[in-house]
Amino acid sequence: MKLFSHNPDFKMDVLREVGNIGAGHAATALSRLLDKPIDMAVPTVSFVPFESIADRVGGLEEVVVSIFLRVDGAAPGNMFFLMSRSQARRLLQELVGLESADGDDYSELELSALCEIGNILAGSYLSSLADLTGLSLTPSVPSIAVDMAGAILSYGLLQFGTMGDDALLIDTTFLKGRQEAEGHFFFIPDPDSFEKLFLSLGVPLE
Amino acid sequence: MTNAAIVKVGMADLNAAADGALLKTSGLGSCVGLTLFDAQRQAAGMAHIMLPSSEIAREGLINAAKYADTAVSELLERVLRLGAERRRLVAKIAGGAQMFAFAGAGDSMRIGPRNVESAKRELERLGIPLIAEDTGGHYGRTVELDSRSGVFTIRSVQYGVKEI
Repeated sequence: MKLFSHNPDFKMDVLREVGNIGAGHAATALSRLLDKPIDMAVPTVSFVPFESIADRVGGLEEVVVSIFLRVDGAAPGNMFFLMSRSQARRLLQELVGLESADGDDYSELELSALCEIGNILAGSYLSSLADLTGLSLTPSVPSIAVDMAGAILSYGLLQFGTMGDDALLIDTTFLKGRQEAEGHFFFIPDPDSFEKLFLSLGVPLE
Repeated sequence: MTNAAIVKVGMADLNAAADGALLKTSGLGSCVGLTLFDAQRQAAGMAHIMLPSSEIAREGLINAAKYADTAVSELLERVLRLGAERRRLVAKIAGGAQMFAFAGAGDSMRIGPRNVESAKRELERLGIPLIAEDTGGHYGRTVELDSRSGVFTIRSVQYGVKEI
């Protein structure tokens, strides 16, 4: 992207901090919900080829539980909260005491509970981001899918699709350090949103 | 299908293969997997189409495989180069799902169906008959085409394996 031709390292750092603050608030929200400490990794910010966007969650065909929100407002984008099926089960158990039924299917109630968890976390991510930037950012109604990571994430790449074959992804992993427990926040601002994000944060464009 | 070579087709990518090789693309959501096949030559091609029309492209050099209106003719050329004959070609398509049924509003929500429509229009324009399809729904698909038999195998998390 042309916007990143000048001072790219600094701009990437700023976006990393954006992910850090957003996901930090989300992790705090989750930690309060679970009443347990939650670890969070330093976010990674990178241009990823479409083909490898699912690598971080186990590949294109890996089945993941994903809550998706479209971010509307001054700096629109796509937000995914992704976790493995076993992780989703753990969350349900710990949080709402739903004992897992056999098999891989989720009941309506389980899906709706997961969707609400994703909604709370994404909401705190976004509201901290809105506070930081002074931009109005509103999440759409969340929706949930349990399916192949490639099929899910490709939906978040459409806006980048018209511009090239890679997307700028802010990825924050949390719940790390606990056995088999990991969740990802993928924030993919629309290509046109970066300029607004940078301007709002006082980052010189050129 | 033992020991058959697998030719991968990435996202917004296309490829052609012949003589028993398998063409495969993974994790189709709203994207469309379009295949061409010549039974006599045993040659096939597959495209992983992401967007309906190159008119919305803002990139300098267009990746033809990405857009329905440019991918099909590009793919056609590739299978012809393998010795396929145009009049013998048949097409099959899969994908074009709406992964998130209630997400947001506007055009991007209908991207799956629009990809399908656009792919079909393009096949019609080129005079290639569409003989089978497995499109729509709200789920992802991984697809494989056998360049020897033309069998199109579709796998999904909810519905298992299906051949068309």
